[in-house]
Amino acid sequence: MITMAKALNSGLRKAMEDDPKVLIMGEDVGRLGGVFRVTDGLQKDFGEDRVFDTPLAESAIIGTAVGLAIRGYRPVCEIQFDGFVFPGFDQIVSQVGRLHNRSGGSVRLPITIRIPFGGGIGAIEHHSESPEAYFAHSPGLKVVACSNPSDAHWMLRQAIASDDPVIFFEPKRRYWSKGEISEDPLPLHVAAVVRPGRDLTVAAYGPMVATALEAAEAAEADGRDIEVIDLRTLSPLDMPTVVDSVRRTGRLIVVHEASISHGIGAEVAARVQEQAFYSLEAPVLRVAGYDTPYPPSRIEEEWLPNVDRILDAVDRSLEF
Amino acid sequence: MSDLVQPEPDMVQLLTPEGVRVEHPDYPLDVTDGEIAGFYRDLVLVRRVDSEAVALQRQGELGLWASLLGQEGAQIGAGRALRRQDMAFPSYREHGVAWCRDVDPLTLLGLFRGTSVGGFDPYVHNFTMYTIVIGAQALHAAGYAMGVVRDGAVGTGDVDRDTAVLTFFGDGATSQGDVNEAFVWAAAGNLPIVFFCQNNQWAISQPVERQSPVPLYKRSAGFGFPGVRVDGNDVLASLAVTRKALDEARSGQGPTLIEAFTYRMNPHTTSDDPTRYRIGDELETWKLKDPIERVRAYLTRHAGYGQEFFDEIQAESEQLAQRVRAGCRALPDPTPESVFEHVYVDMPRELAEQRDEFSAFVASVEEVSA
Repeated sequence: MITMAKALNSGLRKAMEDDPKVLIMGEDVGRLGGVFRVTDGLQKDFGEDRVFDTPLAESAIIGTAVGLAIRGYRPVCEIQFDGFVFPGFDQIVSQVGRLHNRSGGSVRLPITIRIPFGGGIGAIEHHSESPEAYFAHSPGLKVVACSNPSDAHWMLRQAIASDDPVIFFEPKRRYWSKGEISEDPLPLHVAAVVRPGRDLTVAAYGPMVATALEAAEAAEADGRDIEVIDLRTLSPLDMPTVVDSVRRTGRLIVVHEASISHGIGAEVAARVQEQAFYSLEAPVLRVAGYDTPYPPSRIEEEWLPNVDRILDAVDRSLEF
Repeated sequence: MSDLVQPEPDMVQLLTPEGVRVEHPDYPLDVTDGEIAGFYRDLVLVRRVDSEAVALQRQGELGLWASLLGQEGAQIGAGRALRRQDMAFPSYREHGVAWCRDVDPLTLLGLFRGTSVGGFDPYVHNFTMYTIVIGAQALHAAGYAMGVVRDGAVGTGDVDRDTAVLTFFGDGATSQGDVNEAFVWAAAGNLPIVFFCQNNQWAISQPVERQSPVPLYKRSAGFGFPGVRVDGNDVLASLAVTRKALDEARSGQGPTLIEAFTYRMNPHTTSDDPTRYRIGDELETWKLKDPIERVRAYLTRHAGYGQEFFDEIQAESEQLAQRVRAGCRALPDPTPESVFEHVYVDMPRELAEQRDEFSAFVASVEEVSA
């Protein structure tokens, strides 16, 4: 059993061993090993040319990764916290997502942008954001979120090996959760049924998968058999897995920490009603953050989706 | 004419507006009259491409054009300083540099006609696609330079291996975070990069005073690397200054900021109306500093080039113009479905489904209208 942070670390290590063009860059990723220690020991083992601390400028972290990729490198950028990605947003959306297209396919940007995301750790503001929908909405990018140590390890290796740019979301509140590394990884862009059930489907990703599983356990006590899907890939979405589940259960709740409006949940709901309208026994519900700035940490537990809010939605869906 | 338009006394100039070769102690230039005649050809042909493009826009053949009129000297000088293995990262007005990197003018027209969003393979030309978001390319150049360092292609002494990166931007871009971040990274990493700022005095309607109270080339001092101002209307000085900066970059001596002091003789783009913000006198003053006339004067008076030479260039210019006009009109529209190509290396199923749906819809509409 290893922690998610360690699983990410070993994933990075393996990726660097597999491909000498892989570089790790970001703020404090070198000597310190990252503020979450995800890159711990890598600079010592792979040298300062391959694992390096950057000046403190997120746009430049992404912009120079573009140049490194044009030169043939495979950069893995760490954005220290979710709320700090926005200075790099222009480079991600306007450059990273487009240059392959603009060059008629001759330039490839195999850049992985790691972003610790989500709340629940009692942090100060700008350290608990869930900005994934911005990136999922942007063409040319692929967006994934891991929820457990095994996926963290394998999905990161797969993201780095991808010839397309990948925004890689890591649920920072689960960095210390433990698990085994599977020897039989799923492909990167598929969802996983992590708990089979017959009565209702809960789809979640990142930090909310564990919460959804907890809610499913609790519902079981009331005789409700909840299926839980870990979406894993947010762009592209793996709709066949979700639709197949909804065809069986007839009910869907999507859970995420990000604000409810215009989010991943809205997209999943739209597609499910397009693709499985006659299978639905109830409207697709969303349990998510509210349309407010992230709250001060003393009240974040009330604001965040939790077991009770998911169970409340389960009641509403089943009683519809 | 504002004070800032007056060149600084230490501005590097090797060919006066009257066509007289002068020396500069720091920038000796070993160049033959034959090479200067070659630059003259470059300058004339690039200006011709530009004027044809403006005309094509007026005729409705291009949606837009960003004219380089007045900036040919800076661009040909910088472009001809590059070695084959060097990489250049342009903004969107670098038609002269593109010319030096053998990018076909018609390829550039495609972007402005709306037949492409980029249009070429940067690795073929060692020249990247035009970048519209101001200053973004400076970071790409810095990153590329980081890769050059990691490849051990700096300071080896091998003229075919040592590599420099040259990036272009304007006076307005010096206010952008990306350009300043690129300065920070280049300085901190001692990167093999040359920042070539064409100060054409105007960022659309905003004079350079709006960007900076100090001359732009002095900006680099605070970041920790040298800056130099060159007469951007002097192709020889632009060549000499860029060549030296690139040599230093290749040999491991780090970055340089070059401010090429020039003037945007045309509107910002064909959509702009400069009569709303600048006075005609300024234009008249700069006409006297034309980058082509001074080379012609030199070749005529000091290098023995006669009418026959200039007639030849003129004939070549006419041929090129004809090719540009006909070629522009013949640029094929991309197919509607092509928008889905190369969005990803590995196209997701959901995008393939959108493409198929779109194709089927387009086909059904064509059937109905047929």
